[in-house]
Amino acid sequence: MRPYLLKGHERPLTQLKYNREGDLLFSCAKDHHPTLWFSEDGARIGTYIGHNGAVNTCDVSMDSTRLLTGSSDSSAKLWEVETGRNVFTFKYKAPCRAVSFSIDEQLAALSTDPFMTTTPVINIVRISEDPSEQSDEPVQRLTGFSKKINRVTFTDLNTVLISAGEDGIVRRWDVETGKVKEEAQLHDKEIRDMQLYMDGTHMVTASVDKMVKLVDTQTLEVLKSFNTDRPANAAALSPIFDQVLIGGGQDAADVTTTSDRAGGFQSRFIHKIFMEEIGSVRGHFGPINAVAFRPDGRSFATGGEDGYIRINHFDNDYLSGRFL
Amino acid sequence: MATAMLLRPEEERMFEGQPKGFPFEGFHMEDVMLPEDDDMDIPSDDDEEDEEEIQTETGFGSVVVVDNLPQVPPEKYEKLSGVVKKVISQANVVIRDGGFYMPVDEETKLSKGYAFVEFNSPEEALAVRQVVNGFKLDKSHTFAVNMFDEIDKYMRIPDVYEPPEDKEFQPTENLWTWMMDKRGRDQFVVRYADECEVHWNDAQRAQAEEVYKRSFWTESFVVWSPHGSYLATVHRQGVAIWGGPSFSRLHRFSHPNVRLVEFSPDEKCIISYSSREPSNPNEKAGLLLNVYDCATGQRLRSFEGSIDDYAVGSAATSDGSLKWPIFKWAANTFIARLGKGSISVYELPDMVLLDKKSLKLEGVQDFAWSPSQPILCAYQTEQAGGNLPARISLISFPEKRELRQKNLFSVSDVRLFWHPQGDYLAVQVDRFTKTRKSTFTAFELFSVKERDIPMEVLELPNRNDKIVDFQWEPRGSRFAVLHGEGPRPNLSLYAMRDMKTSARGVQHITTQAGKQANCIHWSPQGKFLVLGGLKAMNGQLEFFSADDGEVMNAAEHFMCTNIEWDPTGRYVATSVTSIHQMENGFNIWLFNGTLLYRVLKDQFFQFSWRPRAPTLLSKEQEADVVKRLKEFSKRYDEEDSKILEETDVAIVAERQRMMEEWKEWYDTKREWLEWHTQGLQQLLGDRQDQGGFKLEEVETEMTISTAEEVIKP
Repeated sequence: MRPYLLKGHERPLTQLKYNREGDLLFSCAKDHHPTLWFSEDGARIGTYIGHNGAVNTCDVSMDSTRLLTGSSDSSAKLWEVETGRNVFTFKYKAPCRAVSFSIDEQLAALSTDPFMTTTPVINIVRISEDPSEQSDEPVQRLTGFSKKINRVTFTDLNTVLISAGEDGIVRRWDVETGKVKEEAQLHDKEIRDMQLYMDGTHMVTASVDKMVKLVDTQTLEVLKSFNTDRPANAAALSPIFDQVLIGGGQDAADVTTTSDRAGGFQSRFIHKIFMEEIGSVRGHFGPINAVAFRPDGRSFATGGEDGYIRINHFDNDYLSGRFL
Repeated sequence: MATAMLLRPEEERMFEGQPKGFPFEGFHMEDVMLPEDDDMDIPSDDDEEDEEEIQTETGFGSVVVVDNLPQVPPEKYEKLSGVVKKVISQANVVIRDGGFYMPVDEETKLSKGYAFVEFNSPEEALAVRQVVNGFKLDKSHTFAVNMFDEIDKYMRIPDVYEPPEDKEFQPTENLWTWMMDKRGRDQFVVRYADECEVHWNDAQRAQAEEVYKRSFWTESFVVWSPHGSYLATVHRQGVAIWGGPSFSRLHRFSHPNVRLVEFSPDEKCIISYSSREPSNPNEKAGLLLNVYDCATGQRLRSFEGSIDDYAVGSAATSDGSLKWPIFKWAANTFIARLGKGSISVYELPDMVLLDKKSLKLEGVQDFAWSPSQPILCAYQTEQAGGNLPARISLISFPEKRELRQKNLFSVSDVRLFWHPQGDYLAVQVDRFTKTRKSTFTAFELFSVKERDIPMEVLELPNRNDKIVDFQWEPRGSRFAVLHGEGPRPNLSLYAMRDMKTSARGVQHITTQAGKQANCIHWSPQGKFLVLGGLKAMNGQLEFFSADDGEVMNAAEHFMCTNIEWDPTGRYVATSVTSIHQMENGFNIWLFNGTLLYRVLKDQFFQFSWRPRAPTLLSKEQEADVVKRLKEFSKRYDEEDSKILEETDVAIVAERQRMMEEWKEWYDTKREWLEWHTQGLQQLLGDRQDQGGFKLEEVETEMTISTAEEVIKP
């Protein structure tokens, strides 16, 4: 399993996303150019040029035609995936931290950070079929919290939006009314990543408090928790096996004080139900900021503070389920 | 005033003398007054019974009271004052201007028989008390000198003696229960964050099994007694010792601001140490040492003085502060400390100075007791500007007879290494070369148990090698030296006698070049050793067998800071303490370097194996066990495999349970999933099914460019 090393970004990676079919991989980093790759061989297809700040997040539509990116230049942009054309820009007064399309892509949620005197907001906007009719007027504004939101995702057939952020709280918002339906203090420190299982029944959260938790999407009940002994920046659930992939490592600010071996920069595989480590993959020489499983579960990608993306294809040994 | 009228009488009293007009409207005393006898579940800090009274600064610290003076008429007043002042001046102190006052009875015109004397510093006052107290002026007048600050203490002594009540005898728990573990496991204590935990090392199951756990057990550190009976915890107020299966508190030794503690080798006594920072630059830092009896909790003796008197020679660090331990124990009979040009030897158990005087040894820098006999080895530096050579002497006690001595020339430094059983003594001597610009090292090896104590000199093949570490093999006659220049020193093994013929004479066994290590850790049973490359060497470990002279296993515990063998020599613990930020915790290895298990704990401070009491088997019995080892090991192997089986079954059962649990939970999701799938179908319609795309291979042809070229025949 020799990984593909993708050197396309000059700054730390922030998020990785596969499209629905898994043949394309979108990456965003603190440099200003989200990039599109072939997931099979890691060939670069192109970049999306237009942002003037770190790109924090992205989401791709189901049919892989539109890409939504959120950036610290206080804007979010809608792109045509195929041509790289920027079709619309949502302008805000604060960095855009998290974006997500709804299931049918009628809506999108965009969260903005607390900045100067502005309070953080999650804006829900309607996405038009025709980009020329697109407006940045939100149809719903979710407010009432003070810390930045790092991840948002729609669930329960778009009636509920789940948010997770710096305060360690996971909230379930009623999209219709804009009220919090349930909330739970799942972590002591910042939640850096939250990813749903493919059937939407449960999700995984990764936090700086070194814990990774498996959570019931509807009740927010913690099903399992795992102590990773190092800050966890990202976690993903395998679509084919009962496995959690965790990326993290010593905080970037402290890294220079030790060598790469001390930092714990491996991507680790944890058994989802027994919460035992199955194995780990070394390679990054900085903390891992983003992990993603390809939707067919046969490959995964990790993106690090070191600016590299590593695509790993599993061996047949692994896929035969021998390690379960 | 209308507001004042609202107050009830008991409230009125509370505000007596306070300015009136406090806005009492909308304010009810009942709301803020705590009901009596209710601490609102907030435990008070001073629940811990009677604490040592804290000395407050009264400003009279430099005043003493001299009592038992003659009562004299006015005409003799001046003369007596003169005599008292002269007596006091014996202590080399200066009485403060106008600091002498001897009160006179108004009626009888006689002096009252005591005097107050003030000095410039409390240290001077203390010195006067030590010197003048008990001074005999004449038959009926013996001076009694007390600190003015302590007057409260004496006031509180009742005039009539009341015999203390006999306390009912309370049997203590058996302190050795842990030694009776059926599986012969060992315990260890770990300290991390605010927690302190004692665990069994369950090597068969590859895990640590918790025995006892307590938060905030200590404020600085914990230490086992040498035989493992007690665990001492160090607190701000003093030291406490704990023991028995429930780790109950056996005794508390009050010693405010205690910094360091040490048990005697037979764990009968414990010494605690605290230092006092000077309050002004002219003062010297002081120290206080208390020696307690562990069984009764009584204070046996205390030593007080200036740090300068104690931080001498090898007992001082390069910046002049004290190096612990100050006292060195000799096989439970003597205890000694280094002084300026002398060694003070105290006899146990009453802790009195042997022959009432210290042993004078000019320029003594270091000493060490033999671990088995009362023989002391002392090192004196060159005296009289190099005219008198440096000396190593072996002195036996209590007769103070010099058994052996050796003169050494142009010595730079000397280190003493006793063999753990006291059979040999190795003296590492660093000598100056002729130019005095560099040093080279040789070892002087004394065979102490033999007649006339013969000595041999061992020089390493390369004289300029720096000695990184030197360690004797416990229960053996070999020693290991790490020597060399640069980051990869060599490991050499030597034996004091031929291993086969047991003929005397130092034998070179093996030298292994280029070890990434800076310390040697022998197994307590000998035979095996661990080479550790700590600190800058990232935690390289090599498990080495001295019998075969080869490395059994090389491993790494990244950034490892400590290595400790368990008392039986079966396991090795390596730990990363919170000096490093990451991967704090400890690893347990088998003696041959197989990693058994690892435990990670944030803010990890300390790992200590619980020592074992010495074996009760005689040498013959021990030899017999070794001979019949196969018989025994068969039984133990069976036990081990049984345990492993049980564990496997337990793990499988646990996993099954977890799987069941997960499936149960998933069942609760079934309804939601159905609803969700249907909803998705409605939302997405056709698009839902377009998933599962097919790979089609399409061949395309493309003409990149065409060019015509005329090729000339």
